[in-house]
Amino acid sequence: MSLAERIRDALMHAVVELDEDVLGRIEWARKSEAELGGGAVGSTASLAVLDAILENLRIAKEKRLPMCQDTGLFLVFVDVGRESTLPLSTIEEAIHSGCLRAVEQAYYRRSVVSEPVFERKNTTNNMPPAIYYNLVDGSDVTIQILLKGFGSENCCSVRMLNPTGGPEAVIKAVGEIVTLAGGKPCPPIFIGVGLGGTMDRAAYLSKRALLRDVRIGHRDPQYRKLEEDILSHVQSLGIGSGGLGGVITALSVAIEAEPTHIAGMPLAVSINCWADRKAKVVYKEGEDA
Amino acid sequence: MRKFTLPLTPNDIAGMHAYDQVKLSGKLYVGRDQVHRLLFGMIERNEELPISLKGATIYYMGPSPAPKGMVIGACGPTTSARMDPFAPTLLDRGMSVIIGKGPRSTAVHDAIVRNKAVKRVTPVAFSELGPEALIELEVEDFPVIVAIDSHGGSVFSRP
Repeated sequence: MSLAERIRDALMHAVVELDEDVLGRIEWARKSEAELGGGAVGSTASLAVLDAILENLRIAKEKRLPMCQDTGLFLVFVDVGRESTLPLSTIEEAIHSGCLRAVEQAYYRRSVVSEPVFERKNTTNNMPPAIYYNLVDGSDVTIQILLKGFGSENCCSVRMLNPTGGPEAVIKAVGEIVTLAGGKPCPPIFIGVGLGGTMDRAAYLSKRALLRDVRIGHRDPQYRKLEEDILSHVQSLGIGSGGLGGVITALSVAIEAEPTHIAGMPLAVSINCWADRKAKVVYKEGEDA
Repeated sequence: MRKFTLPLTPNDIAGMHAYDQVKLSGKLYVGRDQVHRLLFGMIERNEELPISLKGATIYYMGPSPAPKGMVIGACGPTTSARMDPFAPTLLDRGMSVIIGKGPRSTAVHDAIVRNKAVKRVTPVAFSELGPEALIELEVEDFPVIVAIDSHGGSVFSRP
């Protein structure tokens, strides 16, 4: 199977069915809301929303329909092994072709406009995808694609924090951003936090954080604890599923961090809705392209 | 779950309260960002609107394409807050039910109370807008949660 066909298949699957780790967190949210909500009016309404989400997922799988009408913007992360001999032009072509075929064959909504301010003319095929290229060790080429919905994207934010703020400043800022988002991004939400680098690098890292398996915490125990502390703070905000006031607002928090300047602590928060749709294709040296 | 037929009567509306889970059947309009911008322009220019707003229900939504043999594709609500600048005017012109998701501005909340309308969270014209076109849907037992009622009750803390 060609690389383009593999990308197409992964995207056709991702728009209909959630990965096991993501679905597992939604089921966890349903169970937790029922156990911890105490039958409060907001919690009961949140439970109805979680039940509707799970029913919606069952119907999507059975009918092979997109789980959400907003099938998102293709946000593509390509990790190119330094020893890979696959030409970049081949990778780019395969991504374009795979995305285009998935749009046509899996009933993606046409949600992309050609420029943001004036005519906003629909491109009618969701092209072009937004692509990041990144160099990594080895010879694999790993292509990961987020189907990024915009109800949640509109709630993302960047803050340039004080370098002496420490973890408390990070927790507070994420809490403020999630509070401002409230019920708008289709909670329960997945939270990606980017820390360090520059303003734009933090934003990039916050999206990369969303790519991680949500069952796996950060490799560094300090950052893993910060993820847990942010999550418990967000749960205390009382936003709940659908913004109706339950005890579960977020499904996971993932941080990606990198070196930064002595004068700053850039923070970016990417919010994804419960429909946390991801496609992944790994190309091994020598395979069909 | 109580069932209602669209358009809702003033009595139906008065009997609905925040957090009520109800089912709606009947005809409703589907429109989102660009439909609101266009309708607003027509209202400002005093032009005739392509739909009558009196008693109308609007659903903030843009569906995915319908596969063969199906009436519609995926068709869940989009974020209501983006329509906040337009909603009070449409409510003042007789629109009575809004279906969308997420919190509303104080101005929308007040317009709902002022006009005795109802709005809830979770669920024919301008075809050039593609997935954003104004369409009419007929729904049967469409389950919704009342989010802001005509008495001022709201599932959201006051904006």
